[in-house]
Amino acid sequence: MALDKNGIAQRIAQELQDGFYVNLGIGIPTLVANYIPKGIDVEFQSENGILGMGPFPFEGYEDADLINAGKQTITTMPGAVFFDSAISFSMIRGQHVQLTVLGAMEVAQNGDIANWKIPGKMVKGMGGAMDLVASAENIIVAMMHTNKKGESKLLKECSLPLTGASCVTKIVTNLAVLEVVDGSFKLLERAPAVSVSEIQNATEGDLIIEGDIPEMKL
Amino acid sequence: MINKVVNSVEEAIDGVADDMTFMLGGFGLCGIPENSIGALSQSGIKGLTCISNNAGVDDFGLGLLLQNHQIKKMISSYVGENAEFERQMLSGELEVNLIPQGSLAERCRAGGAGIPAFFTPAGYGTEVAEGKEVREFNGKPHILELALTADFAFVKAWKGDAAGNLIFKGTARNFNPMMAMAGKITVAEVEELVPAGTLDPAQIHTPGIFVQRIFQGKYYEKRIEQRTVRTKE
Repeated sequence: MALDKNGIAQRIAQELQDGFYVNLGIGIPTLVANYIPKGIDVEFQSENGILGMGPFPFEGYEDADLINAGKQTITTMPGAVFFDSAISFSMIRGQHVQLTVLGAMEVAQNGDIANWKIPGKMVKGMGGAMDLVASAENIIVAMMHTNKKGESKLLKECSLPLTGASCVTKIVTNLAVLEVVDGSFKLLERAPAVSVSEIQNATEGDLIIEGDIPEMKL
Repeated sequence: MINKVVNSVEEAIDGVADDMTFMLGGFGLCGIPENSIGALSQSGIKGLTCISNNAGVDDFGLGLLLQNHQIKKMISSYVGENAEFERQMLSGELEVNLIPQGSLAERCRAGGAGIPAFFTPAGYGTEVAEGKEVREFNGKPHILELALTADFAFVKAWKGDAAGNLIFKGTARNFNPMMAMAGKITVAEVEELVPAGTLDPAQIHTPGIFVQRIFQGKYYEKRIEQRTVRTKE
């Protein structure tokens, strides 16, 4: 069965390693914080100026001066720190953040990502996404395998304006875990009870399938 | 001590005029200079270029200046929360320059730090790079981004003293410190204005040298854009 958004987040959380500083984008990536594996310590960075971000506050404890990059009210963890936007992006561009998880509208088999603009429609802006993808060594895309029309979001080439070129390393979708290797998508894992042919049918880009593809363990 | 205190928001915005470039601090509605924006919306000036990470919402923040058609051009990284903004942009009334958030922050910082331009990897290979000089450093392409400055910078802090020293609260700091540096005239409004000597010099975020005018703000609404809570288990 294909994963839901929480399932995607749960699978991505397995990529967290002890001591990682992690930036989570808006949407599915935010959910990753709910599934931190036991026994490891990670800190979440939000580009509006906090490291050590905690969960949403209990009702009545919301603070207008304490939000994440999605403008949601949040809390702090012990050891948290606030800083300005220039310092925040110094952490990001300077590769002090070990893992970036973000959503995408399209990913291409060379690692290009498009997630900020649909020409002719309302343009909301790239926010911090271009800085994040241009610098991070380890970028995981969290998204549905296909769009609302059922079209593949894993393409030979992005049709939408790029956010970054050749930068994505791994993609976790509702159907599969894939890696960008030598200009192709390499299939690493399939979602529980999802067949390789289902993944092939939902993937427009070149897919490398080597041997038996294991099921994700969640 | 050089006294930066002005007695009212009207005095604080004295000298603003048509066609000026302003910087306005804040991320979303967090840490925005509410009092200054309110006074600017009453001032009747127009043709403004506003540099701000976001554009407020329809009826708050920079949305107030948009409603009055005072803004000619916005330089921002994310503008997705504002229907009037969308309408003005699609109709061509409003010119919009979208730039990566980290580049926006650094361009303001550079403007205040006497650095005319810098190379960054952000935006390479995208439409942001169009027309910009590209250079490779350590085998990786970077694009040249120019510093930003402004006729006025409007910032908001939690506490400030008469010397213009500022302390921010939580994530309300965001773009305020860099914009304070990059304004020819920087106007700081604070929730609590204290006498010089009251704040611990080691705890100050923005030194008063970057602030030309400071005043005690009033009636802060501090609106929350996305109130999100968890329930007790």
